[in-house]
Amino acid sequence: MNKQNILVISFGYFDNYFLKRIADDIIHEFRFPVDIEESHIDLNVYYDPTRRQYNGNKLLKLLDSVSKPESIKTIGLFGVDLFIPILTYIFGQAIFNGRTGIASIYRLKNEQYGLKRDDDLLLNRFSKVVIHELGHTFGLVHCYVPSCVMRSSTYIEDIDQKKVFLCNKCRIHVESTSNIY
Amino acid sequence: MTKKISLLIVDDEESVRDSLYNWFIEDGYYVDCAQNAKEALSLLESRNYDIILADIKMPGMDGLEMHRRIKSLNKDSIVIVMTAFASVETAVQALKDGAYDYVTKPFDPDDLSHLIRNATSQIALQAENQALKDKIISLENIEDIIGNSDAMMKVLRDVESVAQSNSSVIITGESGTGKELIARAIHSNSTRKYFPMVSVHCGALSESLLESELFGHEKGAFTGAMFNRKGRFEMADGGTIFLDEIATISGKMQIELLRVLESKTFVRVGGNKEIKSDFRVLCATNRDLKKLVENGTFREDLYYRLNVVNIMIPPLRQRLEDIPMLVDHFIKKYCTSMSRDIITIDQSVLKRLEEYDFPGNVRELENMIERAIVIGNRKEITLKDLPLGKGTVSSTFESLDDLEKKYIFEILTKYDWNISRSARALKVDRVTLYNKIKKYGLKSSK
Repeated sequence: MNKQNILVISFGYFDNYFLKRIADDIIHEFRFPVDIEESHIDLNVYYDPTRRQYNGNKLLKLLDSVSKPESIKTIGLFGVDLFIPILTYIFGQAIFNGRTGIASIYRLKNEQYGLKRDDDLLLNRFSKVVIHELGHTFGLVHCYVPSCVMRSSTYIEDIDQKKVFLCNKCRIHVESTSNIY
Repeated sequence: MTKKISLLIVDDEESVRDSLYNWFIEDGYYVDCAQNAKEALSLLESRNYDIILADIKMPGMDGLEMHRRIKSLNKDSIVIVMTAFASVETAVQALKDGAYDYVTKPFDPDDLSHLIRNATSQIALQAENQALKDKIISLENIEDIIGNSDAMMKVLRDVESVAQSNSSVIITGESGTGKELIARAIHSNSTRKYFPMVSVHCGALSESLLESELFGHEKGAFTGAMFNRKGRFEMADGGTIFLDEIATISGKMQIELLRVLESKTFVRVGGNKEIKSDFRVLCATNRDLKKLVENGTFREDLYYRLNVVNIMIPPLRQRLEDIPMLVDHFIKKYCTSMSRDIITIDQSVLKRLEEYDFPGNVRELENMIERAIVIGNRKEITLKDLPLGKGTVSSTFESLDDLEKKYIFEILTKYDWNISRSARALKVDRVTLYNKIKKYGLKSSK
């Protein structure tokens, strides 16, 4: 295992090619090696029957408690619909300036919006959410540059508007932060 | 975003606090959290927050009560009330108490972003509004009242002490000393500053016109009154009315004015409905009202009603040390308005101005400088640009003899002490001129 890596843990089924592409995008933006792991947990514990969704706060806390010291950042990938108590849904969330984040593919699928399945678009969207949440763990706040991956996105259309890359200002911030590790 | 917006989240549920905290931190806000109203109020005592998101149902003090207390601590904070139990009554109560908005948990992520974006726009508008108000006040206060002489400093101290009260003020001073400027300074430093200051030049209007001007008139009140018209007292509601040249109003108008000042109500000319108006009265005159009262041309009761405070503006000849500062101010003012480079003034001109009597006071000095800039050489104001020629009466000359001596000396100097030419210019014979030279002991400087 590499020292000072970013650890991607998949909770649920994700295609290997799919995970590899996400890892490549992470390496491109953050310049750290990426390790991929698969994990299995009982998601029923995190299920809220009144909302019929999974509690993102609790999952984030779980992930933070199991993250490994040799990984500077850990991101958990989920296939279920996530919520936090104040919001009706989330695409992902992270501990700001912390070590962990989570991302869900559930609401990124075209099929959720009555559209035709599009795996390339789905991969592109998921990469954006993963990089966005990892950005928060590096201390990046929401960015006003329309194409920056750190721009706030509350709807799927917002995600499609931005690119998978950090803008120059955010990249400089990450590079200066990365020197600490 | 120039200033980092600060938020206080008040909710007894840890998960809500954490979620909101993370959400807003990621948006770049400064965020603090409190788990109950008591903790929130204690945080508010040490820091002002721009936006407060408060749960309505909390143990101890509920969100509505806390909101009332927050408003008493910091009325500018924007309070957004959150609840998981929506009810029309609580929403109405929260908004009645001044809450900015009322939201039901859980929020749609986009709604929350919009809500905070709108609230931050409101904060930016409030800040901009305050900055503009401050700018207006500073413009009114600083730009026009010039002078640091003891006499002017006393006037400004009087303005400051009287501004916050609601008392009537009589401003006295010679013509051109700036009585209306002082009235504006009083108004703009008072609590009425965001309401109008309405000026009426009583001396310029006949009795009937002044009556219509002050009280307004109803349609058909007199020939030509085709529409209802508001009077100046009505227009000054909430603000200040400035009655210039108050000493010129007729006996009938003095009675009317006294009645209005006492009741703050009046009836429009040709009308029958009593109108109420809340105004403060400032008056100005260049005459000695006390003397007018003594000789019976001004009503004593009105005099005492108006003369709660008297501010006397000294004439310019009694504050000569202000002249360089005034000259500098008028040069900048007119060069800027004429889009010219700022010009200088010769020191001998300043000295000459300080010897001048200025019967027209600051207004005369201002006109003099404006004229000099218009007709001058665009580099420097010299003596020849100013109308301070041989007819000038200066207060430093004590007698006609002094004047004669100075004038004869000027003519002799001009004609290089040629007695014949000087005598011709003075329209006297040579003998008379010799006698005058002898009398005043005049000698050529060469």
